[in-house]
Amino acid sequence: MIEAEFRGQLGGFALAAEFTAPGEGITALFGPSGCGKTTVLRAIAGLLRLPGSRLSVNGETWQDGRQFRPTHRRAIGYVFQEASLFPHLSVRANLTFGLSRVKGPVRIGEDEVAELLGIAPLFDRPTRMLSGGERQRVAIGRALLSQPELLLMDEPLSALDRFSKDEILPYLERLHAALSIPVLYVSHDIAEVERLADTLVLIEAGRVRAAGPLAEMLADPALPLIHMPQPAAVIDGEVVGRDTKYGLSEVRVPGGVVVVPGDLGPAGLRRRLRIPASDVSLGRHAPLDTTILNALPARIEGAEPAGGHQMTVRLRLGPDGRGAALLARVSLKSWDRLALKPGELVVARLKAVALAEPAPSAALAPPAFAEGRG
Amino acid sequence: MTASPLFDAAMIETILLTLRLAGITTVVLLLVGTPLAWWLARGGGVWKEIVATVVALPIVLPPTVLGFYLLIAMGPHSPLTALLGRQLSFTFTGLVLGSVIYSLPFVVNPIRNAFEAMGPRPMEAAATLRAAPLDAFVSVALPLASPGIMTGAILGFAHTVGEFGVVLMIGGGIPGRTKVLSVTIFDYVETLQWPKAHVLAGGMLAMSFVVILAMMLIERRLNGGRR
Repeated sequence: MIEAEFRGQLGGFALAAEFTAPGEGITALFGPSGCGKTTVLRAIAGLLRLPGSRLSVNGETWQDGRQFRPTHRRAIGYVFQEASLFPHLSVRANLTFGLSRVKGPVRIGEDEVAELLGIAPLFDRPTRMLSGGERQRVAIGRALLSQPELLLMDEPLSALDRFSKDEILPYLERLHAALSIPVLYVSHDIAEVERLADTLVLIEAGRVRAAGPLAEMLADPALPLIHMPQPAAVIDGEVVGRDTKYGLSEVRVPGGVVVVPGDLGPAGLRRRLRIPASDVSLGRHAPLDTTILNALPARIEGAEPAGGHQMTVRLRLGPDGRGAALLARVSLKSWDRLALKPGELVVARLKAVALAEPAPSAALAPPAFAEGRG
Repeated sequence: MTASPLFDAAMIETILLTLRLAGITTVVLLLVGTPLAWWLARGGGVWKEIVATVVALPIVLPPTVLGFYLLIAMGPHSPLTALLGRQLSFTFTGLVLGSVIYSLPFVVNPIRNAFEAMGPRPMEAAATLRAAPLDAFVSVALPLASPGIMTGAILGFAHTVGEFGVVLMIGGGIPGRTKVLSVTIFDYVETLQWPKAHVLAGGMLAMSFVVILAMMLIERRLNGGRR
């Protein structure tokens, strides 16, 4: 559990950010550039000292009115926007820089990190011979090996090109699944947040606008996320079956079972689905003849004007309307013609369902062209 | 006039004395100059600019002016002499002190530039990796600034070997104690021993060439080897 309250002057506005983040999973600090999210992360690391602020991590006070724990005594791992490897050290020496200074027990070992991040082949290379994506993977490994209780990541992908981003994202998802360390992840890219985050802290002009579970925040009518040009629902589910004849997998989500193209792995595996609002249409009855695989009962919670004579309809899956949040983008004309109302039971037809992340086998083999020196 | 050999004992003595002076001065310069350069690169406030100006003064001051004040400071009636209980003027120790002050900017500036070029990030990264400030300075800042430190050391050494005005003012040119190369060359020229003056002057010219070449090569490595 991370409890933070930071105050200070930040360029043109006052920083007054107060939030709590869970002691597990990935919490995204999300907001436009210059909103203060990096400042908050630096303050959590102790790289920036904001008097009059408070911070406690897992019950330990790191900063309050009387005390300020210096950065080197905070059990954090910090991944900067640029890898910031030490150029005078080899990859191996970079990786063990923090590890060799840890006084307590070692929970995350070199082999585990090398395996998780696929960096064993890089160990004996000089850092300048690494591509951008490789450098950032080594930087993440270096941070993990310093045995952090809290991993801080400051837009770790934003300095990378598209290919290197796609190379690293699967590794971040693996870390998420394999390690229990809580992560604070600063980003201004909603696509990254949708793939990685469990919890979202929305920051605007130095203040926390809202904080909560990602799936709820994406569908909250009071927040700007639902009003983005391409809103989407993110639903976490569990693989419950596969149909090898048709190459389909079944994923149980709160309020229903969704059929997803492709082999999503063995039953029991947790997978995240991303369903864009524009891929969901609504009807009063289950379709009789259709090529659409997924037609799920859902209850309407409300609807927001989306501009361009369209509406973004908020739904909850399941006949009882207690399942996962779902968004549907429908034309204003259809909305009026069907005269749908909040509370009404409808059938949501999903034109396309995709994993928020690519399938594991394809994702973990980085494409050859991503090896270029960047 | 008898023909004397090109090399004699006095000449060797002078060369060894000069190398000893330059060597000791360089070590002292690095020990004093590196922390000073770090403070100038990282510290803040008005004091920083004032100290930086004082350190830079020997670049523009005529060596005789600096030498004159140093002579007074090391002379029989100065507070420094009272404090130490002995006079430093016309001693080897006095020469080391004068050389350190005279060559300080040539050592501090390249090291300060190297620390500034490094930026704050490496030290921040080291701190997030559990390195205490002194540990981070030794294991990250010093290695990263090593080309600048090398340049500073070479410049400080060469500059000390070549100084004349300050040395003459506070050292006087006592053989075996304060009579260094530059003073000896001046003596040879004054007493019309031009072949000996040629030997020493030519040697200095060659050394200076090597020093500047070495520095440029180091600089090229500094700029080209990293990203």
